[in-house]
This record gives sequence, C-alpha cells and structure tokens, in this order.
Amino acid sequence: MNNSTSRWNAFLVPVIAVVLGILFGAVLMLLMGYDPILGYNLIFQGIFGSEYFLGETLRAVTPLIFAGLAVAFAFRTGLFNIGVEGQFIIGQLAAAWVGMSWDLPPGLHALAAVMVAMISSGLYAGFAGWLKARLGVHEVITTIMLNYIALFSANYIIRNFLKGQGERTADILPSASLTSEFLRTMFDGARVNWGLIIALILALVVWFLLWKTTRGYELRAVGFNPHASEYAGMNVKQNIILSMVISGMLAGAGGAADTLGVYGYMNISAGFTGIGFDGIAVALIGTNHPFGVILGALLFGGLSFGADNMQRVEGIPTESIRIVISMIIYFVAASAIVQSVLGYLRRRREVQAK
Amino acid sequence: MKGKKLMSAAFAGILAASMLAGCGTSDNKDGGGAAGGDQGKKMNIAMVTDVGGIHDNSFNQAAWEGLTRAKEKLGVEVKVQESKRAEDYTPNLTSFVKSGTDLTWGIGFLMENDIKKVATENPDSHIGIIDSNLGGEIPKNVASVTFKEEEGSFLMGVLAGKMTKSNKVGFVGGVKFALIEKFEYGFKAGVKSVNPGAEVIVAYADAFDKPDKGSLLASQIYQQGADIIFHASGATGDGVFKEAVERGANHWVIGVDRDQSNLAPKNTLSSMVKRVDNAVYQVTEQLKNGKWSEVAGKNTVLGLKEDGVGYAPTTSTNTPQDVITLMDDYKKKIVAGEIKVPATAEAFNNFK
Repeated sequence: MNNSTSRWNAFLVPVIAVVLGILFGAVLMLLMGYDPILGYNLIFQGIFGSEYFLGETLRAVTPLIFAGLAVAFAFRTGLFNIGVEGQFIIGQLAAAWVGMSWDLPPGLHALAAVMVAMISSGLYAGFAGWLKARLGVHEVITTIMLNYIALFSANYIIRNFLKGQGERTADILPSASLTSEFLRTMFDGARVNWGLIIALILALVVWFLLWKTTRGYELRAVGFNPHASEYAGMNVKQNIILSMVISGMLAGAGGAADTLGVYGYMNISAGFTGIGFDGIAVALIGTNHPFGVILGALLFGGLSFGADNMQRVEGIPTESIRIVISMIIYFVAASAIVQSVLGYLRRRREVQAK
Repeated sequence: MKGKKLMSAAFAGILAASMLAGCGTSDNKDGGGAAGGDQGKKMNIAMVTDVGGIHDNSFNQAAWEGLTRAKEKLGVEVKVQESKRAEDYTPNLTSFVKSGTDLTWGIGFLMENDIKKVATENPDSHIGIIDSNLGGEIPKNVASVTFKEEEGSFLMGVLAGKMTKSNKVGFVGGVKFALIEKFEYGFKAGVKSVNPGAEVIVAYADAFDKPDKGSLLASQIYQQGADIIFHASGATGDGVFKEAVERGANHWVIGVDRDQSNLAPKNTLSSMVKRVDNAVYQVTEQLKNGKWSEVAGKNTVLGLKEDGVGYAPTTSTNTPQDVITLMDDYKKKIVAGEIKVPATAEAFNNFK
C-alpha cells in the first residue's frame, strides 16, 4: 500500500465507520419503535437548534478534546494511558486549590492554576511511567489503579481541607476564573469558556511537538519499535516517562479548565466523571492524531449532548446514541474490515477500467 | 506492532461492550409520553434526574412515580430527562425552562447550585427541587422539599435495636454527605433509645452505584457479628440484600427510600420509605390548582408527622407485632415533639 492510499484510508475509515454507526443506530431506533429520521433531526436541533445549545455542546466537547489528546499522545509512544480519568481529577483538585487559596491578579491567577494542575497531573502520570520504565509494571494496571487513588483521595481532601458550603470545595476567586463574558453573550448564557481555546492551542502544540521536533520523532519512534529505537541510541526509558508526563499534563489542563471554566468549584464525587474513558474513544475515532481528536471530540460530544434533546422532546432513550457511538468505535477498531471492503471496491474498479 | 494492534482492537471491544452494558435499563419508553391531541391546553411538567437515572430503585424513580400519578390523576403532560454528568444539570434544566415547561423538577441536592442559577436567570419559570433547601436562600419561583430522614431512620433504629440477638447492628451509607448522615445518626439514636448497650458498625461505600461494594461491606459487617444492616446507599444497597440472601436466615436487611422487601423477601425486616412521589405529586397539584404561591419561595419539610417518611407496609412480614407497636409509640412521641431526633454527629453526641 503506498503512502497516499494509507493516508486516504486514515481519513476514510473513520468517516465510513461513522456512517455505518449512524445507519446501525437508525435500525435500532426503528426496532425500538421510534422514527429514526425524527430522532436524528432532534439530535441535530439539540446541537445547532439555538446559540445556547451550540455553546453547551462546545462546553461538553472541551474536556473531551483534552482527554482525547492525552490518550492519543501516550498512544503515539506505544503507551495506553487509561489513567486520564484520574489525572483529570488531580487537575481539577489542584486547580480548585490554587483558585481558592492563592491570591494573584486576574488572568495570571488562572494561568497559575492551570500550570499547577498540569504539573500535578504530569507528575501523577509520570509515576506510572516511571514504574513502567524502571520496573516494567504495565501502565494499564498502574494507571487504572491510580484512577481510584485519585478519586478517593480527592474526595478525602475536599471533605477535610477544602470544604465549602454543600458537598464541594469553596468557590474559586473570580481572578482564577476561565469563564468568558464574550463567549457567554455570544452563546446566550451557555458555559462555553476559555478552556476551549486552551484545548485547541494544546492540540496545535501536540501536533508540533510530535511531528516537528526531534524529541517528538524519538517519542514516536519508541512507539513504533522500542528495540530499534534503543539500538539507534535513543533513551527508551526516558521517553516513556516523558510521554506519560506530557499525557498527564494534557489531562490535568482539562481538569483545570473544567473546574475554572464551568462551575468554579469541585464537587465531592460519588463516581468517575467518565471523561477520561470517553477520551479513549475520542482518541480512537480521531486515529490518535491531534486534529483527528478535535473532530472525534466534536462528534462524540455533539452526539451525546444532542441526544439529550431526543429524550427531552420525544422520550427516545439516550442509550440508543451510546450504541451508535459504540458501533462507530467497533467499526474504527475493526478498520481491517472497512479497509478490505475499500480495497475490494478499488480493485474491482481497476478491473473494470481495463 | 502486531501485538499493539491486537491489543488496541481488544481494548476498543471492551470499551464498546461496556458502553452497551449501560443500556440494559433503557426501556423508558414512557419517558416522554405520546403527545396528546390538545397539547396546547395541558400543563407541561418535566423532571431532570441526577446521575442516578430513572431506574435507580430510589428517589429518582420515586419522583417519576409521583409524576406518572400526576399525569393520570391531574391530566398533565410529563417528560423526563436523565442526566449523564453533573455538567448536564444546567443545560437540561434550562432547556425545559426555556421551552415553556410549566414546572421543572430537579431531583436531588446535587443540582442545588444549578437550580439556583437557572431560577435566577429565568424569573418567570416554576422550578421544584427535592432534598435541598438551597442553603436557605430560595428564589421566589422555586419550591423546595426536604425530608426528615432522621425521623424515619430513628424508627429503623428502634426496630434493629429491639430485634438484634447479637447486640450488634450495621449501617451502610452511600457517600458521606450530610444528607446520608441524617440516616446514620437517626438510626443510631433509635438503637440507643431502646438498646443502649448495642453497637452500631458504620461503613460508607463512597458510591451509590456499586452493588459489589455493598456486598463486600455487608459481608464484613455480618462477619463482625452484626445480624441487622440498615442501608442508605442507593443501588449500592442491592449488594447488601444480595449478601444477606446468600448468608440465609438470621441475616437481616432494612431497605431505604422505597419498599425494598421484594429484593430479599425472607431477609427484609422493613424499609425506611421516603415519599418523594407524594412530594412531587402534591407540589404539582398545588400548581395545577392555582395555589403555587403557597409552596413557592420556601422550603417544605416532610417528616413522620406529614407522612413524608415512615416504614413500609410489608414490615409486618418478618417483624413481630410488639416491635411494630413499639415503633408506633416512638412515632407518636416524635410527632408530638417529645423526642427531637438528631440529624448530625454533633446533635447525636448531645442526644440523651
């Protein structure tokens, strides 16, 4: 397969997967006794129906971009960071702490909170990277376990040290807020915030880092083949730790943006947010490319947020959309099927042309 | 490389399967209700569940039962929106409010800040909330309802304190929220009143949706010698029932929120029922009858006196009549104000 076909396929496979997933969802809605055209129409309206919906969709998409970037970055170095969920929580907590207890001028305060969150989450994820590099403990195991540690430690810390009124931290100071009056007015009061801009900038940074720097080349090389990379004189262990640290930093920035931009405080949580896990799906749909991740997050976030409108208006269960998303993931994962179909079509066309 | 690809595919499979697994309970077809012909005339009532969803065997489900009753008896249109995440509360509430819904319910204290915000931004709307008094600052377009869970739990404590043979009883809480502590301390006070020598073993699961954790905690508590466990932990409590059933006779459970005896008919002593359904129904009725102003802008507290909390009618199946009579005696004392049931750790320490 030459280079241009493979690049074309990288784009075509997710698109076909999406189409197949949506068709599958339509059949499902029919089987459940609902009108799929009406269903998809309501989803569409739930996303684009008003400035408010559009803004809230973007708000829902924002954390998914961060989480998707985090997963994709680690994956490029051959690491499965299942711990984005926990790193996200660490980021939320660190940002809430800095936001409520430091005293800095507006803007700078928010920046400091995001930086502290990124560093905390980076170190947190780096620990799993270190375990992998030094002791060979598989990062899937460690990051999953670190998720629980993050969740329950965060609850404990909020309850005992940061407690405000109700089951949550105190409010962050206005100087640390990432809310944007400009975006709020533009989207009719929706809570879309500067976090979205930060996410887009980070996507650009990730792309630049991975594809335009020597270090990025090394990180990707380790992902392709650690043994060859070592033979070529690269420090594999260092790259593994570095990759986890950066991945964690991306997740932490997401947590910070969520705390500082949406609510301005962090809740004691009875369970995971699910954002880290959704990030895995987003990275997969986005073929682990930063720009693909943005598209994947838009699709994933848009579909699940728009689906709420379907339940609100017609009572169609939102689970049907979860199935659509699952099917899309199946088809992306089973890209071999899609590719072989594409290859078959291409060959047949070539035969006909002759 | 190949291994990685395989793993990636396997992982995606697990991921997608776990998403599908979440769909087991998706038959809320009655969710929106078929739109009737004269929709223009009918009153529109909507509710937003918290992340527990509508089949939580608990207060979301009870609230929906209340609304379903309102649909049948009051002839209103009802709709429901399940929230997937805390971030969805505000848009879910706002969408209903902005689409001209006559009364929008937010179920659960987790959305108290969202309710406050949405109510202030949309002063012409009518909003109801369960389980929170919004910290005392209730906007005038909001009706809030809270319950004296400690009073109902006190009766469960009386029951457990009287029935225990090992002089040890257990309490399994969901997450250590102030709301759940009301159950804990009410229960402890009840045990203390009838059996000061009995020990109460307390455990929190840190989750409302983990039956496996409920089983584990129940197993530990039974192993420490307790014979009765009261749970206030949502779906986590399903595991408590499961553990009791597996251990068989003389391992008792007391359910919560709704009559849960169907989960373990032979092992259930009682359930502390909390009539969220009645609360939702009654406030909706007030609005329908043009008496909204009587409930708006303030908090309605429902305790034993108002029949907002109490014990399930199936209690008599496994509980002897003399214990039920004793519970009724205590109920009278509480209603009469002779006993002030503690709802917090501090109040409990000062109790008697």
